[in-house]
Amino acid sequence: MSKVVIDALVERFKDPVQGDGVTGAYEGAGGDDCAFVKRERLVEVCRFLRDDAEMQFNMAPYITAVDYLGQEPRFEVVYNLLSTTRNWRIRLRVKVAEQDAVLPSVCGIWRGANWFERYCFDMYGIHFTDHPDHRRLYMYDEFVGHPLRKDYPLRGRQPLVTELEVPAEPFRGPGPAERGE
Amino acid sequence: MSTEVKEALKQPVAPRSSELDAPLQSKRMLVNLGPSHPAMHGTARAVVELEGENIASCKLDIGFLHRGFEKSCENVTWTQCFPYTDRLNYVSSIMNNVGFALAVEKLCKLEVPERAQYLRTITSEIHRICDHLTLVGALGLELGAMTVFLYAIEGRDLLWDRLTELCGARLTSNYARIGGVSRDAPEGWLEKTSATLDRVVLLRDEIDALLTRNRIFVDRTRKVGTVSRADALDLGFTGPCLRASGEPYDLRKAAPYLVYDRLDFDIPVGSNGDTFDRYLMRIEEMKQSDKMIRQCFRDMAPGELVVRDFRYVLPPKPEVYGTIEGVMAHFKLIMEGIQVPAGEAYGYTEAANGELGFYLVSDGSGRPYKLGLRAPGWPMLAALPVILQGALLSDLVPVFDSINMIGGEVEQ
Amino acid sequence: MSTELDAIPGIIPTRRDDAIGALEKMVSKGLGWARKYSLFQYPFVTACCGMEYMTLAAARYDLDRFGAALPRFSPRQADLLMVVGTVNCKQAPILRRVWETISEPKWVVAFGVCASSGGFYDNYATVQGIDRIIPVDVYVPGCPPRPEQVLDGIMMLQAKIQGQHHQFTEGKPLPVLGQAPRQR
Repeated sequence: MSKVVIDALVERFKDPVQGDGVTGAYEGAGGDDCAFVKRERLVEVCRFLRDDAEMQFNMAPYITAVDYLGQEPRFEVVYNLLSTTRNWRIRLRVKVAEQDAVLPSVCGIWRGANWFERYCFDMYGIHFTDHPDHRRLYMYDEFVGHPLRKDYPLRGRQPLVTELEVPAEPFRGPGPAERGE
Repeated sequence: MSTEVKEALKQPVAPRSSELDAPLQSKRMLVNLGPSHPAMHGTARAVVELEGENIASCKLDIGFLHRGFEKSCENVTWTQCFPYTDRLNYVSSIMNNVGFALAVEKLCKLEVPERAQYLRTITSEIHRICDHLTLVGALGLELGAMTVFLYAIEGRDLLWDRLTELCGARLTSNYARIGGVSRDAPEGWLEKTSATLDRVVLLRDEIDALLTRNRIFVDRTRKVGTVSRADALDLGFTGPCLRASGEPYDLRKAAPYLVYDRLDFDIPVGSNGDTFDRYLMRIEEMKQSDKMIRQCFRDMAPGELVVRDFRYVLPPKPEVYGTIEGVMAHFKLIMEGIQVPAGEAYGYTEAANGELGFYLVSDGSGRPYKLGLRAPGWPMLAALPVILQGALLSDLVPVFDSINMIGGEVEQ
Repeated sequence: MSTELDAIPGIIPTRRDDAIGALEKMVSKGLGWARKYSLFQYPFVTACCGMEYMTLAAARYDLDRFGAALPRFSPRQADLLMVVGTVNCKQAPILRRVWETISEPKWVVAFGVCASSGGFYDNYATVQGIDRIIPVDVYVPGCPPRPEQVLDGIMMLQAKIQGQHHQFTEGKPLPVLGQAPRQR
């Protein structure tokens, strides 16, 4: 679909000294083009994609994160970008290590990225520098931990009010057998 | 007496002509709307800072309906995710089913039989009408037009009756399956649904007549909550809200899926991007959906409902009881789930409110490794503080309605 | 035969007690009748069940026939709390507070399976049934329940209100909320 974009990106962000900014381009399922982007050059790549007259990626429909527990680096932030004028889509994947889970915010490029980045922070604990409103999105401030991480237990409830104890549970929902509470 | 006081006393103090000239302390007021407030649809909380009656700033707090959709889905098999997707946008659940099924099929590289594609299209469009009817009804209700609400709910109920005959549930349909749909339309269903649609058309026209030229309604919606085309793109709007701002982007045309490339329909596009345009967009889309459903009825031919591939679809019962392959396939599908090939995919469809995306990561096992949901209403709700900057407090209600925030999908 | 009941003064019914009891019963019945047809509900609508709630309130199913039509959007004016939809840990303190704001007598209907037991959302975010936070009178299962089911639930609640025992207070102070647990 947008092989042109990938080629242009790889060509433009070549850096023989510090390694390429955009690597590992491949055609994903259904024909969407994907590439890995180095964290340091993310903002540069995004700005190029939006501002270049050839590209015009004027929208960031979805940004999310994935926790590959056991792999190194552990997290990956996925940027799905869309150009409505060209009808192109591209997926940028950025790897982040657990100890240093910090990314530059792209809110300055697409304002719509605001809540997606807050979601990544809330659910995975990935920080974004220069984010205008760096708070949790879904969970409350008293909540400890990041629920979508793979090592967070499925039933790890942190109630805000004292709950009455319900003695026996007749049957259980899906998920692993051990209780996370 | 100091010199300053002497100077001050020299100037004559003019008496005020009336009480109205008296200086009023203007102070900003904080108003907390929600989360349990009828205007906030139950689940969002807005902390509004008021300057007089104008909104100086607005801060949103969501998550009051966060029920761990993604985490739950990561712990069940791919097929068991369908009931969870039902409850995302609960007004148009089949669209979520279809969106999820298409995303998984993208990963599996499955080609769905034609009849199943037609059935998916028909039910999706019926649910689009339901969704838009609900929005228009709620918008009317909250601006004081109770009749519109009653008409809209009646129209929705008529359609739900037909869907109940098709899939057994009024609201949470659980209709699509990976590789097809769960059941065929019963005998005589197409004719019955055509008759129901005729009735819904009448109701829709009546709503149109009640609202579109209604002075009160127009005054409260026109030039309220205006979003420019550039802003809408920047903020990540999709669906009717984006098209109301003048950007003709519709996934059904831009990246056709199912049978949309064979259907003849138009994409309505607005010009002002205000609440009234967003309302008109819904009325127009209902007309287009109606047209599409009738075309599907005309073109649909009998055929298979699901792909005949036992790696993805349960074998028919005679084969389960009669052959060893059937038993094995059944057992493996039930106990382990569908073995979706390892990889990642982003599936996107045009749901009632915009782009519904599923970002799937599979590790080759029977359960999703990651199921990321891109809810259509998410960026619209996030943009609410921007839209409402400087607007009147009373404008919050129609604007909030017209972006159609559905707690289930936005807060997952 | 003497039991330990005899030792407690006032437990042996006298004719005066009988008379008061009969009067109390009559008054109680009348109060129950009056109350069951004038339920002012506070819809605590959060999720999917809200759609069925809309249907229920609209023309086809018409909750008005049961005297429970008028939703009051202030808990201070309501006596029936309808919890419609999922309640999660973030929402729980708000639900508790809304329930505490409603003045006695008050009843609670758990509308839908999420409110009744948490439903299939058995995970980190969701409260496993609102009865862990507030007492519930009627549970309406279903995901979401059909409107007929809810009407049945409302009728069950009406029967409960009709049969409820309304006590003479005899000028005694009423129990203060939050100090003594309400009888379930």
